[in-house]
Amino acid sequence: MSRPFLEVKDLTVRFETDDGIVQAVTESNFSLEAGKTLGIVGESGSGKSVTSLAILGLHRTRSNAKVSGEIWLDDQELVTATNDDVRALRGGKMAMIFQDPLSAMHPYFTVGAQIVEAYRVHHPGVNKKVARERAIDMLARVGIPQPARRFNDYAHQFSGGMRQRAMIAMALVNDPKLLIADEPTTALDVTVQAQILDLIRDLQEEFGSAVIMITHDLGVVAELADDVVVMYGGKIIERGPAVDLFQRPQHPYTWGLLGSMPRLDRDVRDRLTPVKGSPPSLINLPSGCAFHPRCPYAGRNGDRSFTETPVLGGGVHAVACHLPAEERTRLFQEEVAPNL
Amino acid sequence: MLAYLIRRLINAVITLLVVTLVTFGIFFMVPKITGSDPALLYIGKTADAASIEGIRVKMGLNDPVLVQYGKFLQGLVAGRDYANGPDVTHCPAPCLGYSFKTEQEVTPLLLSDLPVTLSLAIGAAVLWLIMGVSTGVISALRRGSIVDRAVMTGALAGVSLPVYFTGLLSSAIFVYWLGWLPPSNYVPFLESPAEWFVQMLLPWITLAFLFAATYARLTRANMLETLGEDYIRTARAKGLGERTVIGKHALRSGLTPIVTIFGLDLGALLGGAVLTENVFNLRGLGYQALQAIRGNDLPVILGVTLIAAFFIVIANLIVDLVYGVIDPRVRLG
Repeated sequence: MSRPFLEVKDLTVRFETDDGIVQAVTESNFSLEAGKTLGIVGESGSGKSVTSLAILGLHRTRSNAKVSGEIWLDDQELVTATNDDVRALRGGKMAMIFQDPLSAMHPYFTVGAQIVEAYRVHHPGVNKKVARERAIDMLARVGIPQPARRFNDYAHQFSGGMRQRAMIAMALVNDPKLLIADEPTTALDVTVQAQILDLIRDLQEEFGSAVIMITHDLGVVAELADDVVVMYGGKIIERGPAVDLFQRPQHPYTWGLLGSMPRLDRDVRDRLTPVKGSPPSLINLPSGCAFHPRCPYAGRNGDRSFTETPVLGGGVHAVACHLPAEERTRLFQEEVAPNL
Repeated sequence: MLAYLIRRLINAVITLLVVTLVTFGIFFMVPKITGSDPALLYIGKTADAASIEGIRVKMGLNDPVLVQYGKFLQGLVAGRDYANGPDVTHCPAPCLGYSFKTEQEVTPLLLSDLPVTLSLAIGAAVLWLIMGVSTGVISALRRGSIVDRAVMTGALAGVSLPVYFTGLLSSAIFVYWLGWLPPSNYVPFLESPAEWFVQMLLPWITLAFLFAATYARLTRANMLETLGEDYIRTARAKGLGERTVIGKHALRSGLTPIVTIFGLDLGALLGGAVLTENVFNLRGLGYQALQAIRGNDLPVILGVTLIAAFFIVIANLIVDLVYGVIDPRVRLG
């Protein structure tokens, strides 16, 4: 049996800090086929971004970071690969779009120069003129008007949406097979958000890349993702096909996320129901199920929620929860679904 | 860019004008208020009333304040004549008046001191820039290591120890104890470049040590801040090697603030490094300033002050212009 295009096995990322060990990601498992989109959902500090930076090997420059497990990209293992091998893939076979394009672009280099640079690292034989044409072509393809003129502009001279387009052009300049988008629309206006998501989808179809979409916005996931991974406290607590996950969400935290999503078909006077409490500290994770302090159903099965860490089950739609499957189905249908 | 340039130039001229007003005010008006008569300082206390009055008329001390300031400005820009009837003395531009002590023109006096100060300031600047920036960058990249700690301890010593201590100590060691260098005795560059170099070595190192310490700390702090920026992560995510990430992306931003402080420090030093020049017996502007202060030689003090201010304003102007080139966000602002 051949491996999926991207396979992450038992990925664990820890940071040693003065305050203690930060358990940023714990034994994460997921995979992604070529051309498909995976949504990784969770609150701030749930380990979404750390996971994506681990795939790109960007924790390697941090001396306090410890990454273990396996990351297979196109039959190549990345955790144990040499720095040079991972660097050769970065920006080439796998690329990333960052959250805030203004701070993610260098203020002193023109946007064009930064795209040219990204292209020439992976095409060392190409001369400047050809690279420049390629960059202008990419700017045009992401929908930047007058790309030849904007080539010479700096990031601060672009509007927020144009800046994110330029960032996407830079990420796609080498035809990456894996594109990681870390909250690509968070810093943008709502109207621009939709344009950027459309753009990513169109380009994905055109380039056939696999996409990891990291977001806290379930609406984005519903629109783009084939599969969804829900993270909480550095662990995957639910994983499955997007359709399944939205129709039959299994984890009480996922119910909470769905409940906190604004919807057009609801009365505007209804208040959103946020997930009560705040995300856990990754230095001092709660015992047992990390979600138990915020879970309305904790304690239904004796002490297990407080003492025993639930394991992510197998199957296409997997969940890490102590509640028996039948009870979850009943709770969702009787108590949760009517309020969504 | 042109509008920016013109704006900066006008700013510089206005600043210089204000500087002349203030210095003129302090050095010519204050003695009058405190009751000491500049005419007496010129001619000496033993002179008779008629010659004192003659000096007053010649120096224009009887004129209204504004007229005096106007003539002072005219002297700076176009030169002026000091006249008492047929007794006329021409002082060519830029006229800074005459020394009370030697009755020499101040301008040529100071111009003859300038090469010494230039030698000291520029040589030391090159040295401290190389030392400070390189150790600062290494320190930032090896944060928390033994190298970092050693550099930062050295830098703390550098900023804490005054020049008259490090200068005398290094003289004691290298000149008198080890005998590696000759006792200080300035030799002009044009006379003998080799001897000039040997003579300047110790003053350069002493002065550079002080500044390099500040630059090392500043560079380290800037680099650490820059290395944490998102765009550095982007550079790595593009697949650039560490050498390009550090040497191109990080240095470009990390060193930009150094340009500002370097321009201002160099500008300030060109007006005279008073302590270093006196410790090493270098007859530069700083040395001249101290002599003038000791001897109450107001026109010389005023001259040195104006030259120092001039260099600082020019340095500021150059820094602003350079900044417009290296930071694209400034041009529009």
